[in-house]
Amino acid sequence: MDLKIKIKNVFKKNLNAFKNILPMFIGIILLINLIKVIFGNNFYKNILTNNTFLNSFILNGLGSIMAGNAMISYIIGQEMLANGIVLFLVLVFILAWVNVGFIQLPAESLILDKKFAITRNIIAFLSNFLVAGITVLILGWI
Amino acid sequence: MTNKNIISKLKYNLFKIYNKIGGMGIFLGLVIILYLITLIINPNKFILSLNNSIKLFLSLTWIFIMIFLLMIIIDLFINKNKINKFFNKKNNLFSWFFIIIAGIISTGPIYMWYPIIGELKEKGMPIKYQVAFLYNRSIKIPLIYPMIEIFSSKVVITLLIVMIIFSIINGYIVELILNYNKKTTINNKYNNNK
Repeated sequence: MDLKIKIKNVFKKNLNAFKNILPMFIGIILLINLIKVIFGNNFYKNILTNNTFLNSFILNGLGSIMAGNAMISYIIGQEMLANGIVLFLVLVFILAWVNVGFIQLPAESLILDKKFAITRNIIAFLSNFLVAGITVLILGWI
Repeated sequence: MTNKNIISKLKYNLFKIYNKIGGMGIFLGLVIILYLITLIINPNKFILSLNNSIKLFLSLTWIFIMIFLLMIIIDLFINKNKINKFFNKKNNLFSWFFIIIAGIISTGPIYMWYPIIGELKEKGMPIKYQVAFLYNRSIKIPLIYPMIEIFSSKVVITLLIVMIIFSIINGYIVELILNYNKKTTINNKYNNNK
């Protein structure tokens, strides 16, 4: 096939695909900013308990719901550390923020496949405990 | 008109709407409803969220263009054979190295990369590499320095090494689960047809 026609066809096909995905991107951007504005950066203080095990689930869940630039999660993590929250919990929260995407789940399901998106996010959610735990263990040995 | 007719007509109309705007349009619609509720309850938060969203959208424009161009390049120059040759080798150490580095150096939010991964998936990229790429996207080189400033280099280096190892482990686990599900579904269908 003539390269020009091939490029034209590919351009058209991808433009249509992109047009279909665009509403989802706009939706995610709008939702991320709404959540950020409504909850602010100190939202975690009111929901933590005295139980580290329970807190790890709470922060993993919270990090999974929150989205946006990873830098925000580091800043919140810094504040958590300053407030006496242990490193393990802070790492779980940061890992959930960057690895598990509850808000992006509809987009991931529609574009990549529902089963893939759900399995990937569940495994990422569970592995956050292990990654944070192993990191803290290694740091203890060093 | 009976109740049954009304319900079936309603179902038909909802189906027509769904077909027209699709799942992605419905998601955007729900977010818009949330914004309208925020506007009624707290107009200031509505304006702030909308302003931040517009700023973020504008800052992402160049990434949108880059992703679009990448999709075209993949479609033009990468085919199933090339993907199979690259990712389905016996010694896949290089493929792992490539996918980890690609994940780390890729920029922009994770959802911007779904179409690219979708395109590569269609051309035969194995599940484990898709998962590893998405996992490694959480490691961002420009953010390593501020991360070190906040948490110390010891914490950051250890965390990043553990994360890279787990990106591979997660890849294998997700692939194992999805392939097992596929096999079970095929077996069930086969048994039902017998």
